Amino acid sequence: MKRWTRSVAPLLYILPALAVVAVFRIVPILSSFAVSFTRYDIGGLHRISGLENYARMLGDPRFWSSALNTVYFVLGVVPAGIVIPLALAMLLRGKLAGKSFYRTIYFLPVVTSAVAVSVVWTWLFNPEGGPINSVLMLFGAGPLMWLREPRGVFDMLLSPLGVHPSGMLAGPSLALVALMIVSVWKSIGYNTVLFLAGLENIPGEYYEAARMDGAGGWSSFRHVTWPLLSPTTYYVLVMSTITSFQTFALVYVMTAPPGGGPLGTTNLLVFYLYQKAFDRFDIGYASAISVFLFAILLGLTVLQRRFAGRKVVYE
Amino acid sequence: MMLPFVWMIATSLEKGGLRNYVEAWSQVPFGTYFLNTLVVTLLTVAGVVVSSALAAYAFATMEFRGRGMLFLLFLSTMMVPQPVYLVPSYIILARLHWIDTFAALIIPWTTNVFSIFLLRQHFRSIPRSLYEAAVLDGCSTFGYLWRVVLPLSRSALVTVILFDVISSWNSFMWPLVVTNSESMRVLQVGLSYFNQEASSNFPLLMAASTFCTLPLLVLFVLSQKQIVSSYARSGLKD
Repeated sequence: MKRWTRSVAPLLYILPALAVVAVFRIVPILSSFAVSFTRYDIGGLHRISGLENYARMLGDPRFWSSALNTVYFVLGVVPAGIVIPLALAMLLRGKLAGKSFYRTIYFLPVVTSAVAVSVVWTWLFNPEGGPINSVLMLFGAGPLMWLREPRGVFDMLLSPLGVHPSGMLAGPSLALVALMIVSVWKSIGYNTVLFLAGLENIPGEYYEAARMDGAGGWSSFRHVTWPLLSPTTYYVLVMSTITSFQTFALVYVMTAPPGGGPLGTTNLLVFYLYQKAFDRFDIGYASAISVFLFAILLGLTVLQRRFAGRKVVYE
Repeated sequence: MMLPFVWMIATSLEKGGLRNYVEAWSQVPFGTYFLNTLVVTLLTVAGVVVSSALAAYAFATMEFRGRGMLFLLFLSTMMVPQPVYLVPSYIILARLHWIDTFAALIIPWTTNVFSIFLLRQHFRSIPRSLYEAAVLDGCSTFGYLWRVVLPLSRSALVTVILFDVISSWNSFMWPLVVTNSESMRVLQVGLSYFNQEASSNFPLLMAASTFCTLPLLVLFVLSQKQIVSSYARSGLKD
């Protein structure tokens, strides 16, 4: 009896969770590798095609442009998603009056669905009579085409000076920048909360010691807050890189069908994967893209651990 | 930060006032979408709580062969983002003839490794002496979970429930892919289709966005302290 409880009972407790994890996580993850080496279409008819899907990927300009868009997107969203929330957390720290009021305000976008947020911002960015253009025009600027503008933002900024960067140097399109703004706005609340929790963990004595040594505001931030906050900053860096790589709803909702426009400048990798798999039913190729995505994310996590992780100060 | 919400509500009342809400609601079957979303959210969360509590209890309190390996296997699936396994999951669901059913919307999400992790941490903090005392009083292993461990873990359970209500209510890519008929549509998918159909009628779209957001908004206002501290805690999981 006792042996039975020892060996079988724990498994019975784990079984419901294990069944779901095995069938809907482990098997699919492993088979996405397998499927990426096959030709697979909606009929389920498939044959092994070796590296064909990966070769196609290398020669597919749309794949590369959505990879470049994703790089722009991540490079834009992640730093802004650290700097703004950190500044906000420093401002809000220790402020007890109206704390829950502020919290409601900056946290609301976090719990609102990405679809609803995208629908609302599509209206805000609307070139004809949308609120953002109305405000810009009050200041004598704009109107801008926002989600319909395929021109690179560096090109738009520099062309009045007579400089016309082209290709990759033209930068992300204004449409993609609009998506970045929405993404940052939606994540500010969560990251601020993380930074606030991190700031609370820094003992007050450190600041006192810094003040005794004659450190001013900036220098105590530089020598106390920043190093002691580094585990939080590192966590925010990793998490926001991973989530921004997976952006899908923003592209799906905010760009007109078939999506990813104008001129493919807002097509991000996950959206391209979706198009290939569920518009074209090119399942083998889509699996190759998902394997690529996984490899990139895994590689980035390892890299961040090696570089940022080394400088992280754990007390 | 609040301006987009202010504009959303202001625009939703333009031209027709509250009539915009009635019109948006009746143009597409939002009632069905609400009901579907409610069913999916409730059953998903119930499944997550039951399966995660059981698994976390075994991982936290029982000794068995392969425990460390198995736990590591669970954790490693957390590292893999959803888009990576979406396509093969679709194939599996198609083989099971689950496409366009509640089963496809619910069952794959009835466990959550992060919830297991969180509950396990909490269960491990309960002193072992309580277990020994309970056993002396004739308490069974399951009875200990039910009568001692769970009541002591209220705050962790609330965290798990809030997280899963929010992510289930807001989930979009998965229901978009695994359902196709209108009668199986959930709120987020319904709203995105409505957005395509009524793309220039902004007052109606803002009205629809408002009532799709409202249930979570109410939940958030009622339990914002727990929600925010739950999210803050999620950052400490390393």
